[in-house]
Amino acid sequence: MSNTPTDRRYAKSHEWLKDEGDGSFTIGITDHAQGLLGDLVFVDLPEVGTAVEAGNDCAVVESVKAASDVYSPVTGEVIAVNEALDGAPETINDDAFGNGWMFKVKVADAGESDSLLDAAGYDALIAEEE
Amino acid sequence: MPFIPHTEKDIREMLATIGVDHIDALFDEIPSELRCGELDAIPPGMPEMEVSRLMQTRARADGQPLCFIGAGAYDHHIPAAVWELTTRGEFYTAYTPYQAEASQGTLQLLYEYQSMMTALTGMAVSNASLYDGASALAEAVLMAVRGNRKSKSKRILLPRNLHPTYRRVVHTIVCNQQIELVEVGYDSVTGSIDRAELERYSGEDFAALVIPQPNFFGVLEAVDELTDWAHDNGMLAIAVVNPMAMAILRPAGEWGDLGADICCGEGQPLGSPVASGGPYFGFLCSTGKLVRQMPGRIIGKTVDLDGKTGYALTLQAREQHIRRSKATSNICTNQGLMVTAATIHMTLMGGEGLQRVAAASHANTGKLTQALTSLPGVETAFKGAVFHERVLRLPIEVTKALRALAAHNVLGGFDLSDDYPELGDAVLVCATELRNNDDIENYRGKLERVIQSQVQTPCQLKPDW
Amino acid sequence: MIYEHSRVGRRAMAQAPSEKVDMAGIPDAMLRTSQPPLPEVSEMQAVRHFTRLSQKNFSIDTQFYPLGSCTMKYNPRVCNTLASLPGMLSRHPLAPDTHSQGFMACLYELQDILKTATGMHAVSLTPAAGAQGEFAGVGMIRAYHDDRGDKERSEILVPDAAHGTNPASAVMCGYKAREIPTGSDGDIDIEALKSALGPQTAGIMLTNPSTVGVFEQRIKGIAELVHAAGGLLYYDGANLNAILGKVRPGDMGFDVIHMNLHKTFSTPHGGGGPGAGPVGVSKRLEPYLPIPMVDFDGNDYRWLTERDRPDSIGRLSAFAGNAGVLIRAYIYARLLGREGMHRVSEYSTLNANYLLKRLMETGFDAAYPERRASHEFILTLKKQAKELGVNTMDFAKRLLDYGVHAPTTYFPLLVPECLLVEPTETEAKEDLDRFVEIMRTIKQEAESQPDMVKQAPHTMPVRRLDDVRAARELDLAWKPGD
Repeated sequence: MSNTPTDRRYAKSHEWLKDEGDGSFTIGITDHAQGLLGDLVFVDLPEVGTAVEAGNDCAVVESVKAASDVYSPVTGEVIAVNEALDGAPETINDDAFGNGWMFKVKVADAGESDSLLDAAGYDALIAEEE
Repeated sequence: MPFIPHTEKDIREMLATIGVDHIDALFDEIPSELRCGELDAIPPGMPEMEVSRLMQTRARADGQPLCFIGAGAYDHHIPAAVWELTTRGEFYTAYTPYQAEASQGTLQLLYEYQSMMTALTGMAVSNASLYDGASALAEAVLMAVRGNRKSKSKRILLPRNLHPTYRRVVHTIVCNQQIELVEVGYDSVTGSIDRAELERYSGEDFAALVIPQPNFFGVLEAVDELTDWAHDNGMLAIAVVNPMAMAILRPAGEWGDLGADICCGEGQPLGSPVASGGPYFGFLCSTGKLVRQMPGRIIGKTVDLDGKTGYALTLQAREQHIRRSKATSNICTNQGLMVTAATIHMTLMGGEGLQRVAAASHANTGKLTQALTSLPGVETAFKGAVFHERVLRLPIEVTKALRALAAHNVLGGFDLSDDYPELGDAVLVCATELRNNDDIENYRGKLERVIQSQVQTPCQLKPDW
Repeated sequence: MIYEHSRVGRRAMAQAPSEKVDMAGIPDAMLRTSQPPLPEVSEMQAVRHFTRLSQKNFSIDTQFYPLGSCTMKYNPRVCNTLASLPGMLSRHPLAPDTHSQGFMACLYELQDILKTATGMHAVSLTPAAGAQGEFAGVGMIRAYHDDRGDKERSEILVPDAAHGTNPASAVMCGYKAREIPTGSDGDIDIEALKSALGPQTAGIMLTNPSTVGVFEQRIKGIAELVHAAGGLLYYDGANLNAILGKVRPGDMGFDVIHMNLHKTFSTPHGGGGPGAGPVGVSKRLEPYLPIPMVDFDGNDYRWLTERDRPDSIGRLSAFAGNAGVLIRAYIYARLLGREGMHRVSEYSTLNANYLLKRLMETGFDAAYPERRASHEFILTLKKQAKELGVNTMDFAKRLLDYGVHAPTTYFPLLVPECLLVEPTETEAKEDLDRFVEIMRTIKQEAESQPDMVKQAPHTMPVRRLDDVRAARELDLAWKPGD
């Protein structure tokens, strides 16, 4: 039984992307990704105002034995970051799809996310990787 | 066979187990055309007693001249216990503490080292060492470029009165990353950073200002104003300090309103012999905010499964073995053993002991200055306050004078004529706590004779250098 | 914690000058207002404390230490004794050449010995460690291309199994690191290499024998391919112990190499250094070698500096690198001599192949069973992890209980559940046999009482540590009141 939320889209590099309906998207990493990394010890977030391009790394999540880049699935400008993660990176381990969100991007082209995976597509991707 | 324990019987049995006839068969995957012949150019092996004789001869050949050179390496007393303990096999022949449970000795010691370095420099955090002072500054520059989020530039202000070799090393290490080093001159009267020249860069975008304390001339900088100036202009302040000076001068963490952001330097004065330039160790401390930009090992305190205190390598995701091409540095093995010595050294000296060494060295350099400037034509080059090192100007050609002194087994200081020709016949001198009044008088007497001989009988022949 | 023994006013009195004099000429505002808060303990308290700390370490002098890729062989005591002669320790690095002939003679001869041992044209001793040698080596590759006006080369190729220092060094030299996959036999995937090579290739960094412990047999062909693309070959000397006196990097076609003297030339590892990473080059890279170097005109030794070597990539440290390490390596090389060099590779390879064979007979899986081991080999505990739930880390920790330092774990990453084992030439057969018996015992424990292994170690000063807490709740320095 999949726990992958169906209200959002997914990148192959394991980020999720939720349309806020106001031209902005909330971005985080998937529960599957946090599980692979293990206990997170630090999250390096972009600064508000940073311009990001789809496919470019703009944040880092660190566990004890690994560090992984987080790629923005869309092009735009960072308009908010989840400052609560600073000092509580474990929030991503506990609630990757909810309180563990990482940053919000205001996009120019809302259609950009259409090419990303839906929940079923992402589940299939994970199944394939395993 | 030296250091190889195998008996003929062992070898036979081992080969039989493997299933080959002779040892050379184990190299059968190496294409035969690549195999090398005998290494004839390497001399045959020598027994320990012959090597001992050779090395004793070599060590004696260099004599043990009376040394008044500092210039980045300082001959201080090292308590006997320091190297007795440091060369215990358990420290000397262990490696990087990858298996924390079997390396608590090294790990706890490094944590104690970090504690002592932060105490000495007044900074929040310290790493567990870098190669030496010069490369530590290069790493500090890279760290500042990564860590200064206010600055978009990759430009660094580097004073010209910083150790000339440090400037060269920084250039070698950072030049391929499009970092620009902009030099700031010094005030010819005081020997400290030229404030008027610095002011010209006010309002420009630089990642950091490097502030030496003391500077290469031994002169003390107005560190509070410089630090505040850097911060006011959106730069980080990188302190390059002699750790011995930190025992007595205000520590980098307390400079200006906010303190320096990064403090680095040469750890040699803390328990490493001058020993031809190494091994020494570089230290690197910073504010807590910059800790994830640090290169090198960092040890953290934690607990084990039973809640018992233990120590472990931490923040490893910064390092090359995990982060590979995105690591903060390529540094891996560096100067663990020298840090072991430094930790024991600082423990034995304590704050009081280090202060006494610093004060005695400072006083000796003062005595030396007084003795030498009593000679006609010898004068101090700068008016600024100094710490335990000073630039003197000679009435004769400095290179020649130092060569004549060396012929009499006195190393009279570091010749500044190559790096600072504008200073004329200038020499940088230092007398640590190990030089006594007789040594100073010895130097004065010999310099007096050298000056007399050169002033009275000008050399008619063109020198051959 | 040393600070726990600290009491205000206590000192190791004999160690510092007996009186405290004034800081004449320094304005009060520049002085510290309070003493630096260092420990205040007696000499005996310090000696006891640090002696006890040392006893919490595993070391070559006390334990078998088969840490793969690190060459933890015996460090002869005489190397330390002679490098610590008063004339060696008291020589100031800026002493004039007239007072440095003995020291420089050792360095000059070491340059020659290393040149011969590696088949390179010239050697500079100055890099302070392997990683600094890599930086210097890649820096020379860059200087060479730049000098030829060949400025479009932007990539250094590194095998996916390479040490992390390789890609990190390439980036420090302003290059992009591009990974090349390893084939199933442990050698480079030649097809992937061919497709990665191009006008953007500055060079390739290789270890041979590679980090998976086998000799790259097609090295000559790889050299031809890379050279044909205009790139240069860098040899990471981490595994030089395996081939000393048998095959030389220079003869394999490498343009630039570094050597880890703390591995192959047996200088101590010191709990994480000091090492030394001299670099050797082929003729075309010779002008770029880092300075200083030592020259000899038949009578006198002298330093080669900026003046003599204007094309040098420059200096890497304030003086001449880790001089004392170089002296130790020199002494070791003189003790071994030319005939001793062969024996290093012969007996380290004999030990590795014997140990591998015995472990395979004991039921362990080699990662590359068809290949000859070099001086080290990889076991994969994939089967044990899957069937028993006991992984490589558990085996490693249990080894500590039996008084053996664990081999390198989880490196290289491409082999799952791997142990990289390097026994070195200085271990006796009975110590290798004992290791086999310990591994057999742990395997049995993993089958009959897996929790015993999964909870290991049980006999160390601490049990497994909470690494997550160490990183989340950073405590990096003792504070008063701790």
